[in-house]
Amino acid sequence: MSATTTTRKSGAADKAARGGKRKTRKAGWWLPYALLAPAVVFELVIHVIPMATGIWMSFLKLTKMYISNWGNAPVTGLKNYQIALDFNSAIGAGLLKSFLITAAFTILVVGISWGLGMAAAVALQKSFFGRGFFRTLFLIPYALPMYAGVIAWKFMLQKDNGAINHFFFDNLGLPGARPFWLIGDNAFWAVVIVAIWRLWPFAFLMLMAGLQSIPNDVYEASAVDGAKPLRQWSSITLPMLRPVNMVLLLVMFLWTFNDFNTPFVLFGGSQPPAGDLISFHIYNASFLTWNFGSGAAMSVLLLLFLLIVSGIYLLFMNRRKDRA
Amino acid sequence: MRETTGAKSFRIATIAILSIFTIVPIWVMVISGLKPLKDVQGAFSWWPKTLTIQPYIDMWQTVPLGNYFVNSVIVSSVATVLSLIIAIFASYAISRYNFRGRSVFSTTVLSTQMLPGVLFLLPLFLIFVNINTNFGVQLVGTRTGLIITYLTFSLPFSIWMLAGYFDGIPRELDEAAKVDGCGPMRALITVILPTARPGLVAVAIYSFMTSWGEVLFASVMTTDANRTLAVGLQLYSTQTNVYWNQIMAASVVVSIPIVIGFLLLQKNFVAGLTAGAVK
Repeated sequence: MSATTTTRKSGAADKAARGGKRKTRKAGWWLPYALLAPAVVFELVIHVIPMATGIWMSFLKLTKMYISNWGNAPVTGLKNYQIALDFNSAIGAGLLKSFLITAAFTILVVGISWGLGMAAAVALQKSFFGRGFFRTLFLIPYALPMYAGVIAWKFMLQKDNGAINHFFFDNLGLPGARPFWLIGDNAFWAVVIVAIWRLWPFAFLMLMAGLQSIPNDVYEASAVDGAKPLRQWSSITLPMLRPVNMVLLLVMFLWTFNDFNTPFVLFGGSQPPAGDLISFHIYNASFLTWNFGSGAAMSVLLLLFLLIVSGIYLLFMNRRKDRA
Repeated sequence: MRETTGAKSFRIATIAILSIFTIVPIWVMVISGLKPLKDVQGAFSWWPKTLTIQPYIDMWQTVPLGNYFVNSVIVSSVATVLSLIIAIFASYAISRYNFRGRSVFSTTVLSTQMLPGVLFLLPLFLIFVNINTNFGVQLVGTRTGLIITYLTFSLPFSIWMLAGYFDGIPRELDEAAKVDGCGPMRALITVILPTARPGLVAVAIYSFMTSWGEVLFASVMTTDANRTLAVGLQLYSTQTNVYWNQIMAASVVVSIPIVIGFLLLQKNFVAGLTAGAVK
């Protein structure tokens, strides 16, 4: 990304030098604005204005009583935030617990998905018979509509008629009672596995695209020098994939931390406490209690957290790049 | 170059494990859609005892799947076409022009990717309701509302990817066309777009998949009139019976068009990603 910015900037400098003599606006100066206008309008209506409204709502006492006439909802200042961050109260404690579950979920899902994607991309790096087949196969979970894949998992994770318990208790003959997977503590592992199944093909896709840009000579040269595959991976593949990894990890982190769809489809209305991911938690907190001001405050806190983490991450990565 | 035994066993193990992990849910989906109801209610079996295509016939009656299908096709196609056109214009401006506010636009658009959906779900809903009361345009419970929402969801990533792709096309190409007397729009249409085909395909696939698979906004913005597959598919389990065989059959049917489309165009998708995102 940064490479793009530099080329764009140098292009900009050329243009400025060329156009610098004339003080008046060049004919057609409005064209780029006209080209952007439709995108700006839609971004404003769907993203920017609702976000601003959401932030404003977080300062209102927007409960059931005011929802039909929300212009009259009283301003409560930071009250909604105080409640959300008071970890001794039920609401604050619930939010904190959901945050911690989501943090654990994100670390596991992003870490394992990246590992699997990397392993698959490296395994399919050299051409062999059947490579195209496996590449296509691995991309299917990404191509499937998200709800179709998750519903299939939901069926597999059923206690009595699901494939998972059938495999462990009928096929492998494990002793003991069949556990519930979508209720109780197991729900956490269920949602982690389903989310990994959905996400790792994306990591694979991006890393595979990144690997294509590494010339084969580099590997051959290092092999002549006696480098073993693991060494080649750590000193050629990994550094060359740095720009891809930088974007990939950030995007996967944001998607996973905000993931609403997986728990929503997997658990439906009855969310188990162990699978109470934060987006899902806020959605339920807003729509079950009809306290939208409080829900908005929680969303803003989530957004702030994501902004801070992304900011620190990008700063840290850019500084390391400058040093290297 | 000879492969070491270690590397070979790593490759075989990785491919084997990931193949099983990938295939099992797909296999369960496909065979369960071919089982009679009592077989999916009892203990699971990896192979159907009785094969039947009845679920594929019944699923259209249990819920109005046909309507949902039509809604999803219309919403996703229109959103994809509009999003592609808007993204082409915006990316062209970003890639080829230097103007005030360009970096502000790019940064703002990309940072919307960070927004938690729950933050603007309700405000957007209220804005739609207000538009209806003030201007008489019905957006909640209509396909139009979903279309403008979804096209905007796919815009940021599409613009980013396409602008990267356009950057990779030498400026000399469109400069030459301009010297020959083409206006900027003719240069875009006759020179840039044909060259950028893989990028356009990638963006179109991405937009279509985004709209086809969206669940959160569909669950709030849809009524019986505009319900899409994303919400409709879950209605099989709110009936008195959970028709797992029909759910699985319906899942297969809603997946087939998009999976085939994606797999046919995956080369373009990878090429588009390489040009746009992987930089």
